[in-house]
Amino acid sequence: MNWLLDTLSLSSGMLAEGPTVSVVELMSLNNATHILLGSVLALLVAVFLAGKFLKHQSEGIVNASIVISFNQRIRAWLLLSAILVAGAILGRGYTVVLFGFISFWALREFITMTPTRRGDHRALFWVFFLLTPLQYILVGLGQDFYGLYSILIPVYGSLLISARIALAGDYKRFLERTAKIQVGLLITVYSLSFAPALLDLKLYTTEMLAAPLEEQVVWNSVQGTGATFGLLFYFVLLVQIGDIFQFVWDKILGRRIIAVNINASKTWEGFFGAMITAMLVGALLSWFTPFNWWQAPCIALVTAVMGFTGSMTMSAIKRDRGVNDYGTLVQGHAGILDRLDSICFAAPVFFHITRYFFTSVL
Amino acid sequence: MQTAPWHVRLTGLVLAFAAKLLSGASARWRHCQPDSCQRIYFANHTSHLDALVIWSALPRAMRSLVRPVAAADYWASSSIKRYAASSFNAMLIDRKDVKVHRNPINVMLEQMGDTYSIIVFPEGGRSLDGQMQKFKSGLYHLGKKRPDIELVPVYIDNVNRVLPRGEFLPVPLLSSITFGEPIWLENGESKNDFLNRAHQAVLSLKDR
Repeated sequence: MNWLLDTLSLSSGMLAEGPTVSVVELMSLNNATHILLGSVLALLVAVFLAGKFLKHQSEGIVNASIVISFNQRIRAWLLLSAILVAGAILGRGYTVVLFGFISFWALREFITMTPTRRGDHRALFWVFFLLTPLQYILVGLGQDFYGLYSILIPVYGSLLISARIALAGDYKRFLERTAKIQVGLLITVYSLSFAPALLDLKLYTTEMLAAPLEEQVVWNSVQGTGATFGLLFYFVLLVQIGDIFQFVWDKILGRRIIAVNINASKTWEGFFGAMITAMLVGALLSWFTPFNWWQAPCIALVTAVMGFTGSMTMSAIKRDRGVNDYGTLVQGHAGILDRLDSICFAAPVFFHITRYFFTSVL
Repeated sequence: MQTAPWHVRLTGLVLAFAAKLLSGASARWRHCQPDSCQRIYFANHTSHLDALVIWSALPRAMRSLVRPVAAADYWASSSIKRYAASSFNAMLIDRKDVKVHRNPINVMLEQMGDTYSIIVFPEGGRSLDGQMQKFKSGLYHLGKKRPDIELVPVYIDNVNRVLPRGEFLPVPLLSSITFGEPIWLENGESKNDFLNRAHQAVLSLKDR
């Protein structure tokens, strides 16, 4: 968890530079966001304490390995929430930077686990030090650069990677090598960057959009400045609810395993349980998003399904490499990517649904 | 033990921090604990960064007592490199200009005195493909002349992908440094047997 200490000390350094700004930002977060952040954190701390309590119970009541696994998930969730809260206090720019660091680290884990050849070295250099920062700079510059940041990596990145590897002069397993780097970059950097990209959307509810053009009011301004942070938090919460309840329902109801060679613990019962739970939570928390009572559960469903496919896909890659966790290879415990796989897959879909139906781009 | 000027120590701290950040190196101690007692660390050699990365992976209090042995033909080739080498406490040894009275082993032992530990790379050079080569006999002679010192095997994983031979731009992958159980030169053990055993000791740290 050194990276977290690094990022935290970095952000506290930034805090020291402009304390007045951050206090102003904090004050201007709207009430709904305050209540949301407060209640989610309180809930997490309660679950965390419950996990600690379970850990000290005798073997007979609960399975120790399940408790350990559950506690690890909760701890990762707490860390992520802490980052989001820090981001909400510091402002949009800092949140984008924090996500940039997370992407950088996740990409590191991905490429470390994937065998590359000497000929890939220069291409990897550009991937780490040009494409990754550039993607986040464009996201940080905001919606005006949507056209560029939505194609930078899938188009120009892909071309650059294959061209650089070709120039290095090693043709062995060329397609496989380029694909590995492209997929890693696409999942850990491109996809994840759509989560902080949410912060710059000018949102409208469907009623607001239905109003005549000159009478339209932006939902953000009705809600207050922290409104888009609320939406980002809502998104992360939905994915995590999907993850955690998949785990919980698997343990309680699980019978039919979906794909035993990919993940031996994910079952259809757990899948449907998690989807229903995510829809319920999505609907319950819809009051701090621009979504109404029926839109919210639909979006929650799509988000949770994407999260599920994300963790299945990343499991498939891990099984192929013969490791349990992305972190194992070097750190001996689960890495960042093991906790973010579902968020990476859900972020672009959640972003585009929101941008398409709840902003005035159409 | 002489203390280096403040700017050299500062450069050392900065370099250690940068090396840790860049190589993501995590240190693992298996059947061996960090200690300030005199030791000879011997490791596989895959990259110019190896000496710096191992040194950075040590606890800060130990760093002033541990001197990585580095090739003079590389590290003394420019004044910047020479300065960098002095900041991470490197002991520069000439691989090319070996004379009977200035034998590198004697130079190392002389500079170690009874305070310093050293980090050596018994392969003698960096391998191209990351596979370990045969150990040269230096480690055997060190073990023979200083039988009182623990010989600690060290395995460096992935640093060759961070900065492969012949590249100058690093790629920040995650690497790891594993310190293993100390060995000694046994009584009457032949040079070949000992070098094979030492080679195995490093290699066995690879598969965790």
